[in-house]
Amino acid sequence: MADATAGDGIAPEENRSASGLLLSADGTPLKNSIARAERRARIRAFLLILPLLAFVMVSFIAPIADMLFRSVENDIVADTLPRTVVELQDWDPASGVPGEPVFEAFYADMLDATEAKIHTRLGSRLNYEESGMSSLFRKTNARRLGRIDDTQPLAPQFEKIDEDWATVEPWAILKTFSARYTPGYFLQAADMKLTPEGVESVDETQQIYIKLFWRTIILSLTITCSCLLLGYPVAWLLANLPMKSANILMILVLLPFWTSLLVRTSAWKVLLQEQGVINDILVWIGLVNDGARLVLINNQIGTVIAMTHILLPFMILPLYSVMKTIPPSYLRAAKSMGANDWVAFWRVYFPQSIPGIGAGAILVFILAIGYYITPELVGGTSGTFISNRIAFHISTSLNWGLAAALGSLLLILVMGLYWLYDKIVGIDNVKLG
Amino acid sequence: MRLTNLLGGTALAMTAAAAAGAISAQELPACEGCADSMTIVSWGGAYSNSQAKAYHEPYQELTGIEIVNDESSAEAVAKLRAMDEAGNVTWDLVDVVASDAMRLCDEGLAMEIDADADLAAAPDGTTASEDFGDLLVSECFIPQIVYSTTFGYRTDVAEWGGKTPDDICDVFDLEAFPGKRSLEKRPINNMEWALLCDGVAKEDVYDVLETDEGQAQALAKLATIKDSVVWWSAGAETPQLLADGEVVMGSTYNGRLFALIEEQKQPVAMLWDAQVFDLDGWIIPAGLPDDRKARVMHYLNFATDTQRLADQAAYISYGPARKSSAPLVGKHAELGIEMAPHMPTDPENSKNTFLYNYEWWADYRDDMDAKFQSWLLN
Amino acid sequence: MTESSDAFVEFERVQKSYDGETLVVKDLNLNIGKGEFLTMLGPSGSGKTTCLMMLAGFETATHGDIRLDGKPINSVPPHKRGIGMVFQNYALFPHMTVAENLAFPLEVRKMGKADIEAKVKRALDMVQMGAFGGRRPAQLSGGQQQRVAVARALVFDPELVLMDEPLGALDKQLREQMQFEIKHIHEELGVTVVYVTHDQSEALTMSDRIAVFNDGKIQQLAPPPTLYEKPDNSFVAQFIGENNTLDATVDSVDGRFARVRFNDGTLSRALAVNCGGPGSQTRLSLRPERVEFDANVEPDEEGVTGLVKELIYLGDHIRVRMEVLGNRDFVVKVPNGAEVSELRVGETAGLTWRAEDCRALDAA
Repeated sequence: MADATAGDGIAPEENRSASGLLLSADGTPLKNSIARAERRARIRAFLLILPLLAFVMVSFIAPIADMLFRSVENDIVADTLPRTVVELQDWDPASGVPGEPVFEAFYADMLDATEAKIHTRLGSRLNYEESGMSSLFRKTNARRLGRIDDTQPLAPQFEKIDEDWATVEPWAILKTFSARYTPGYFLQAADMKLTPEGVESVDETQQIYIKLFWRTIILSLTITCSCLLLGYPVAWLLANLPMKSANILMILVLLPFWTSLLVRTSAWKVLLQEQGVINDILVWIGLVNDGARLVLINNQIGTVIAMTHILLPFMILPLYSVMKTIPPSYLRAAKSMGANDWVAFWRVYFPQSIPGIGAGAILVFILAIGYYITPELVGGTSGTFISNRIAFHISTSLNWGLAAALGSLLLILVMGLYWLYDKIVGIDNVKLG
Repeated sequence: MRLTNLLGGTALAMTAAAAAGAISAQELPACEGCADSMTIVSWGGAYSNSQAKAYHEPYQELTGIEIVNDESSAEAVAKLRAMDEAGNVTWDLVDVVASDAMRLCDEGLAMEIDADADLAAAPDGTTASEDFGDLLVSECFIPQIVYSTTFGYRTDVAEWGGKTPDDICDVFDLEAFPGKRSLEKRPINNMEWALLCDGVAKEDVYDVLETDEGQAQALAKLATIKDSVVWWSAGAETPQLLADGEVVMGSTYNGRLFALIEEQKQPVAMLWDAQVFDLDGWIIPAGLPDDRKARVMHYLNFATDTQRLADQAAYISYGPARKSSAPLVGKHAELGIEMAPHMPTDPENSKNTFLYNYEWWADYRDDMDAKFQSWLLN
Repeated sequence: MTESSDAFVEFERVQKSYDGETLVVKDLNLNIGKGEFLTMLGPSGSGKTTCLMMLAGFETATHGDIRLDGKPINSVPPHKRGIGMVFQNYALFPHMTVAENLAFPLEVRKMGKADIEAKVKRALDMVQMGAFGGRRPAQLSGGQQQRVAVARALVFDPELVLMDEPLGALDKQLREQMQFEIKHIHEELGVTVVYVTHDQSEALTMSDRIAVFNDGKIQQLAPPPTLYEKPDNSFVAQFIGENNTLDATVDSVDGRFARVRFNDGTLSRALAVNCGGPGSQTRLSLRPERVEFDANVEPDEEGVTGLVKELIYLGDHIRVRMEVLGNRDFVVKVPNGAEVSELRVGETAGLTWRAEDCRALDAA
């Protein structure tokens, strides 16, 4: 300690504890003192972001976790028919219809289930795997079960309720889907299915999801490209026009943001349909024969046009903010060195605008890949996305497990493409401004 | 114009109610321990309006309670399931189509009803279960109306040379009736019509459709017109497409076509062949607290009686679900035309109808849908 | 026109206006000889950069002709003019390495790969940057970037190089070093350089001739010593170097000299450079180092007195700030010597100068 005051205009010697730790003036380890001094600031900073953190947890992380969980969750069979599931473990579908112990367990389970009125729910769940399960369980209701005499063999009496109970199929389905977690939804989302014999791909007439995923990716890429082609010159104008004109142009770019998505999409319907404005004009100026009007809507063209329009600002704004930072002297320098307009643009200006292209393209692509309202309204059958099927399974078929699996695949797909982008372009090369 | 219509409608409704003079405050039994507000979910638009005029307004006048309207019927099944999972069902009464009602009942999301105990008997004493008859397709479902999905066509198509379609199979006849058609973007109804027009007898349709060959046959028939089809997913689309001349014929709900023809005076006519009957009605969400349940039951008893169902037909061209209501159907409240000839149930219109098999579709919906969507994709 | 034939760059009656209302460049006539180092000097907004940009081809002249080596270039696009250019912030392409930056003008000229390599190496060596070819501009210091920018402007052997305030972003010491290097390169290559700056000491150090711009016009075009010693007008006198001004009225003109009368009635003689006839207002310009103290001077025809306000010690010389004839910022530079010790703040001292050093200019 004496050393600390010994210095005379020279920096005092460092305080060190016996173990060599740096000590502060009052003898506590320096690290502790720093931690104490910074703790308050850190707590305050944490409190500031706490509302956001809570919001993100509740509105973002939790739903995603829930979705991922739902895509594999399959408690319903084991919860509704606990005894049957145990009995079915030792049963081999190849040996034919299960024996009496299974029927006894099933009878007991169904008595409980029908009383709780949850047997039809199980039927709906199993119907996703095999058509007919829904009505089989609905028929096996409390009234019919009440007529069963449990002193007699049960199998024939179940056969009387519905002859399907005397076949292997429903039991095989029950056994296949008795586990609490199932890959079934994910398999369905990849046009495959889980059968008692194992995983097989579904009939060709029922394959849709792989195709839809492909279409979603390809259309989203098309939309991203057309946004880039249309947005790049506009962004360039925005960045290079004098302030006054640029402001007016900026308002025009932002205008779509201030109009409802539905209104804009409906406007496209009016414009694009066969008796619509665009076709009328083309016919009027004689470019198109009245009998051969262009089909611009209810197909992929409609989806690409409408979504390009809707997503264009998301391309223009990042491009603009990057272009704004490119000094005009670069182009001048290139020209002074003998490059013509095109070479100067392509070799000097364009490479420097790539971070903006990256940011805009990622933004547009990710927004496009999850869009569903616009494709639903203008996409007809060939211009719809995977998200339209997800919406269908959420609101119409109620097959939330499949919807969750499709959603999870979409999430994985986007993350995979993001990773690929990082590998190829580098995510550091993305600038929003 | 809309506003004056509405006002005129109200005035007429008042007179109609006064003329019918059905129930006074004294006659409506008091509601003990009932909640004093209820949330009713329906489809919105003209349909909700007809319910408000025929049910809600008279009931509110008699009881003074508050009715909150929610126009979410299109997503009712998914929303009810979500509410149920969250443990907070905020709806008291939900208007859904019969197939959704069955689904909700299967899922345990709708409350079961005892028709005779919970609903009013007909004025002549016929029990509710007998009055509704076959239309009680699910234990949770109280039907209100019979509607049909049928075709409308434009009457001014030059290429048809004066002919008009009068047979469902004309929809599949591109030579005699060229032009685009609009069909619903789902297998239900389309598959049945396709088989009917491919030589399958009406009573065999569902047996054939149950087989892979039958399904392929139906899709093959649909494939003959696939290039000329605009697929719709909301009921308002076909009337709009017909009005714009985007299609020359298209399927939709008969009430939508009525509005297009009689109210908007578009050059469109009805094709009443092989129309598919369907039902729309109420379900009560399962697990309501006692006071809200009591209020709903009290309201339902009033709103589904013979007179109220007949009153609704003055605002929209859907047939009342009770047999006893049919003779009471009068004139349209605004247009002043007789409504009976516009009902899907009118004998003139229902010479050839098709019965929709709810049970079959409940089983095969998921499977058929996957196949249908896959077919659309290719 | 006969004179123009041996000029390399010619501006003939060039005008430039952006808005159609005000002229940024007014009737500019300027000839630049081959191999000359010409500086355009002036305050910001004086039109010097606009002239440079018109020469480079990034601005078009509203009126008049610009000729390069005898050929009019008004309608030649910038990339065909073959003029090298160094920009204010270097404008090195950030996405290319130093070597790629230098190779760029050679590549667009479709030069062979080996030639390019050789030329790039030579250019980099010239600015002592040979070891930095693989770096990106962002990895270089300001001075290094400056060197690369110069090398890039010269690598394709242009006969004319334009430099637009190239040293503005550097600190003082580096700037002085670079001035020397650029001058050195110019002498070595014999290339014609048009240099724009607002820093008069930079202009004086480097140029063969300086064109002083103000208000869209060339105020004076002359070699640095002439500009400093013999300014044509008050603006140039004030803008170049340190200057003392005294307002007076012309009393009479006698050949090269004029008799002027100060406000307090004192008479003096001055070189009549740019003043009117008798009775007109004039402004006298006197360099601080050309004024001397003279204990014997009484306020009369050949001298004035002033009040010493401040003495600033600068080692080799002393700056004396005085109040002379109403000018409170009259500065005299005195070499550090015995006579300085006689000066006291608050005392009056006599001042004298040669009439040749006192230039009677426009009253401005």
